[in-house]
Amino acid sequence: MLFTTSNFIFFIIILTTLYYLIPKRFQWMLLLSASLIFYGIAGTSYLIYISLTIVSTYIATMAIDRIQEAYNTSIKENKDSLTREERKEIKAEMTAKKKLWLVLALVFNFGILALLKYSDFIVSNIYRDFGGFGFVLPLGISFYTFQTMGYLIDVYWGKYRAERNIFKLGLFSSFFPQLIQGPISRFDDLSPSLLAEKDFNWETFSFGVQRILWGYFKKLVIADRLLIAVNTIIRNPDSYQGIYVLLGMFFYGIQLYADFTGGIDIAIGVGQVFGIRLKENFNRPYFSKSITEYWRRWHISLGTWFRDYMFFPISVSKPMIRLSKKIRKNYSNEIGKRVPVYIATLLVWLTTGIWHGAAWNFIVWGLGNGIVILISQELTPLYDKFHRKFDVKDKFYFKLFQVTRTFWLMSFLRTFDCYRDVATTFRMYFSILTVRNLSEVLNGGIMNLGLGMEDYILLAVSILILLMVSLNQRRGAIRVELSKRPVFLSYILFFTLFISIIIFGSYGIGFDQSQFIYSQF
Amino acid sequence: MRRNKTVYIILALLSLGILYLVQQLFMPKYISTIQEGSLVEEYYLEDSNHDVLFIGDCEVFSNVSPITLWERYGISSYIRGSAQQLIWHSYYLLEDALRYEKPQIVVYNVLAMKYNEPQKEAYNRLTLDGMRLSLTKLRAIEASKMEEEGTLSYLLPILRYHSRWNELSLEDLKYIFKKDKVSHNGYLMRVDTKPVGYLPRERRLADYQFGDRSYDYLDRITKLCKENDIELILIKSPSVYPHWYDQWDEQMVDYAEKNDIEYINFLDYVDVMGIDYENDTYDGGLHLNLKGAEKFTNYLGSILRDSYGLPDHREDVELRAIWDKKIDFYYDMKAKQEEELRMYGYLKSVGEAAQKIDE
Repeated sequence: MLFTTSNFIFFIIILTTLYYLIPKRFQWMLLLSASLIFYGIAGTSYLIYISLTIVSTYIATMAIDRIQEAYNTSIKENKDSLTREERKEIKAEMTAKKKLWLVLALVFNFGILALLKYSDFIVSNIYRDFGGFGFVLPLGISFYTFQTMGYLIDVYWGKYRAERNIFKLGLFSSFFPQLIQGPISRFDDLSPSLLAEKDFNWETFSFGVQRILWGYFKKLVIADRLLIAVNTIIRNPDSYQGIYVLLGMFFYGIQLYADFTGGIDIAIGVGQVFGIRLKENFNRPYFSKSITEYWRRWHISLGTWFRDYMFFPISVSKPMIRLSKKIRKNYSNEIGKRVPVYIATLLVWLTTGIWHGAAWNFIVWGLGNGIVILISQELTPLYDKFHRKFDVKDKFYFKLFQVTRTFWLMSFLRTFDCYRDVATTFRMYFSILTVRNLSEVLNGGIMNLGLGMEDYILLAVSILILLMVSLNQRRGAIRVELSKRPVFLSYILFFTLFISIIIFGSYGIGFDQSQFIYSQF
Repeated sequence: MRRNKTVYIILALLSLGILYLVQQLFMPKYISTIQEGSLVEEYYLEDSNHDVLFIGDCEVFSNVSPITLWERYGISSYIRGSAQQLIWHSYYLLEDALRYEKPQIVVYNVLAMKYNEPQKEAYNRLTLDGMRLSLTKLRAIEASKMEEEGTLSYLLPILRYHSRWNELSLEDLKYIFKKDKVSHNGYLMRVDTKPVGYLPRERRLADYQFGDRSYDYLDRITKLCKENDIELILIKSPSVYPHWYDQWDEQMVDYAEKNDIEYINFLDYVDVMGIDYENDTYDGGLHLNLKGAEKFTNYLGSILRDSYGLPDHREDVELRAIWDKKIDFYYDMKAKQEEELRMYGYLKSVGEAAQKIDE
């Protein structure tokens, strides 16, 4: 059930009505049932995979919790009789047991993900004629696996106790608005509002509906319209080269943003309708002045997941510390300090690339991001020197230059996930330098991309609105600001938004309704 | 709090009003193009009952002239037909019509028996959009929709026609609330002529058997007529193309015999009717022009009068007043079309026909 189908809208209307009519203690159970129905409609076999993840995570976290509890009790009871060494020994034994459960659950769940998502890619790289295992990739498997494994690791680290009710854990893992494309929530963030009993609150409800509308506007009016031109360019690399490639990068940059943030807006808005707070996943990323900043503001929940559960643990792991020490001793202090960070960065970005898809495009894209980030870190002294000499850091034009540079740098990297393979992407890069077709594009070529003049005008106005909203968001949430004004004003704005979606949305017969891009991961 | 509630109720009503206006604006008007799209909804403008109801596809709305039937025999009739109207469309249009009146005779043109599955979204729209909202309409939608179609877009057509935003014209604004009539009791007039000339050779078919679904709906039409004490007549209108195969004809003869109803293949009576395909068709034999339609209707009327004893209502003052207006409209349009034909050499006002959908 796509977010953009009428079935989804009916589903939400019925669910919301029931949610606020039934006794509050049953609300979370209703959400669990709804989530399973939502997921089951996408594919009944998917329910098996997500159930395996929920059950295995439950067993592992309960075991870890029990081991920790037994250790705590034993230490407390024998506080005076144990020596320091004995305590250390018991702790090591406890940690080993916990780690065993952790590793088992991680291997099992990432194993399912790897088997379903990556086995075809791996085997086909070894045996060229391999036709594929034919596994069907469950919807949103990367999202729910990462979310549940984050919970598992947190329990292992003792950040919080394991959830004792498997159905509540089930709801956390399968909550339907975030199942398709995130955000990847943390248990301690989400569960309080997810499991709480809620009264109907008009303000929260209307904020949720407004957020959903904004999401639909971005997805249906902007993203799906641009998709037509983007697809024309990237599916015909022999016909559309040179300036078209740059145009494709620009369009895809906006399309991806509108598509992904639109989907997240709908997810967060639906959560809000039920009084559930999902974490923000974007913070106006296209205003970033560097790639590092961009990745702090784009798909925040994935970035922080990799930071907390991969980058930090790798950077401070025993082998890394040993390696760092060795390098410091044999070579230099500076290099020794950097090597663990560099290795962790590249590993994280390699994994990020793989997470996005089982293809060389994504691997190159991931590593490309990592390399650019490391280069930019290495160039920091040069930047500092430049800024000491030229006082432009706070000037508007320089900030504009930085923002534009970041946008285009990201657009170049992102091109890897557009074209069918790495070689084609490099061929298209090369064509930017060799194919001179600016006049062809300006003399009507742009009109051959599947969009008419009216579409371009509509897109220009819509993107301008998007930009203005983003600029205003610096001062806080617009919906909150509007709620303080006369009700008629917000009515006019949101009703106009609603009508715009109905009229200008790319849906229905005649449009190839596309899935949200991130639901494919 | 009460004030707030009142404000919200006013805003909700205002929103519905605006949405309705927008929807009306975006609905295709079918005035200067594809006039066939107006036929189904024009039925609801009728303010008198009818002796005969014709149902079927273009072979009915192009070939039968209710005005001729009235002028010659005093029989009041209406055509519930639209472009490529499939048999389930016809069944539900009949069911819909029976909510408003009970005719003595229903005449069904059987050409659509050859279609066992929905054919095109555009044709569904031409028939279903014009139907008034009712359970019958809902059932018609469910029976007709193609795989990619959704019921909701029939109930809220703005969801289908929103993409017309960049093709809206003054016509859409002009006819937002009220449309000009285009038909004469469901008959779509054409006075121009295009002789048959070249007739494509009949293609041999792999299977001549009509489908189960077609028979099912024909049974339903038969049953509905019997339940309502209505005489059902099956006809094959005298259009020479698409080809009406002997094997199809035999199946209809058998069906009529088995169900004790009359079936008339008017292709067998072309000479008797005096139809001349060099002068009496406007598109090379697919449909009759006004001259052809009047000849066919005249013959059909004599059967309805002689074999079914339909009374002559021409002395009924009330009915006559209604039909006099229709006759004026008929001859006005005829004169206008003839004038246009003289001026331009073709019918400018009729515009694009629904057959173009196929091209």
